[in-house]
Amino acid sequence: MAILEVRNLEVFYGVIQAIKGISFDVEQGEIIALIGANGAGKTTTLHTITGLIRAKSGSIFYEGKEVTRIPGDKLVQMGIAHVPEGRRIFSSMTVLQNLKMGAYTRNDKKEIADTLETVYQRFPRLEERKNQVAGTLSGGEQQMLAMGRALMSHPKLIAMDEPSMGLSPIYVNEIFDIIQKINSDGVTVLLVEQNAKKALSIAHRAYVLETGKIVLSGDAGELMNDDSVKKAYLSE
Amino acid sequence: MSFLSCLISGISLGSIYAIIALGYTMVYGIAKMLNFAHGDIIMVGAFAAYTIVSTLGMPPILGVIVAVAVCTLLGVTVERIAYKPLRGASSLAVLITAIGVSYLLQNLALLIFSANPQKFQSVVNLPALKLAGGELSVSAVTIITVVTCLVVMFCLTSFINKTKKGQAMLAVSEDRGAATLMGINVNGTIALTFAIGSALAAIAGVLYCSAYDTLTPYIGSMPGIKAFTAAVFGGIGSIPGAFIGGIILGIIEQLAKKYISSQLADAIVFAVLIIVLLVRPSGILGKKTNEKV
Repeated sequence: MAILEVRNLEVFYGVIQAIKGISFDVEQGEIIALIGANGAGKTTTLHTITGLIRAKSGSIFYEGKEVTRIPGDKLVQMGIAHVPEGRRIFSSMTVLQNLKMGAYTRNDKKEIADTLETVYQRFPRLEERKNQVAGTLSGGEQQMLAMGRALMSHPKLIAMDEPSMGLSPIYVNEIFDIIQKINSDGVTVLLVEQNAKKALSIAHRAYVLETGKIVLSGDAGELMNDDSVKKAYLSE
Repeated sequence: MSFLSCLISGISLGSIYAIIALGYTMVYGIAKMLNFAHGDIIMVGAFAAYTIVSTLGMPPILGVIVAVAVCTLLGVTVERIAYKPLRGASSLAVLITAIGVSYLLQNLALLIFSANPQKFQSVVNLPALKLAGGELSVSAVTIITVVTCLVVMFCLTSFINKTKKGQAMLAVSEDRGAATLMGINVNGTIALTFAIGSALAAIAGVLYCSAYDTLTPYIGSMPGIKAFTAAVFGGIGSIPGAFIGGIILGIIEQLAKKYISSQLADAIVFAVLIIVLLVRPSGILGKKTNEKV
């Protein structure tokens, strides 16, 4: 069953139409990549799904339930987490405080402690630096914190926006490894990436966006060998 | 000795400024707006206490409780009706709205209570404390004001650092969008901030009028603007900054009254603000506004 279904979504910024009627599905347990150039509407799509902006028309179904008009903070409770572009960690708080904010919607102290333990296992560096002020972490560590923070809500679906942006190549590889591990733990991943090559290498399926429309979709491996994709996004 | 008594009254006045400044600074930090109607909430609190204690003859403690309840409700209502619809609007629009709310509250009070000064019966009816063999007399209101301010500071700091709602406030003040992604209800958090700030304004109003015993519909504007000065002085958005700024401002005002000129005291207070803004635009404890991208 599809965990997420997007139908004829249209989003406007004032009079400018950013998303021009897109539809796609994310199946339970998949990694789905949304790729495309700057301004194609990838981030807007994620923001609409996670309730940060409202769609003008169209609908979003999560686990079969329509969630198009449900505000973002309620969606977190329902199991949708979002790792935003630019990480947006709380830089004046400590690493641990950031992680605890991630568990804001949960009340069971024992369960939160268990999740914290798994997040520390996934990101040992966060445990080492748990009392450090988050703003002083390196870019890669901040990205890990943003991902760990999202995992603290114990999501079923995690949306990640440009997780590799601005990171050194070593960190990029590490981040993509971690995304795969998160996925193998059973979390469905919706991944927005400019680094199309990397994204397609870990995704099951992908959708290509161009100026607010889906122009191509399919199996990630097939798309990687598609001539138009190669030419436009894989710089070959 | 007179220097000491002057210092004590400065700390007491400063405590009132600090309590008001906390409201300014919290609302600024979390809702990113200057609530210029905050001073008039003080006035409403004082009138609520006045009505209960002087008009209805009920016990002072009930006056304080009613004042806090009325102001909390008023603060949340004003936020809901006047500020929330402007969430996405320019800060200038919100500022003008706040000034409008300020005039609205003042004129409503004028209609109900008239412009004649009312005698405010102090909610503290305890004898003054005599120190140093009777040479130094500290009124009970002064002591209670300072103690209240310390208690408020302690409670607020614990609330923000130790509770989930308090941490949510910090998160909203830093990044509203990211806070939403944590599952924090941003509108609810802003409303809570207004509730706390307004409750503090009510306490400040009762203490201020207990110390100065007159009450008019304009009573809130002067302490309001000075508390705003204190908040900027200490670093707007910073809670310890509001506390320190308030106390220092109160001391400066009382010392200026005593040693320079009582007529120039207000001018001196605002001159201090101008100097601080020139030398250190972010205030004593203010954060520098360079953001890491």
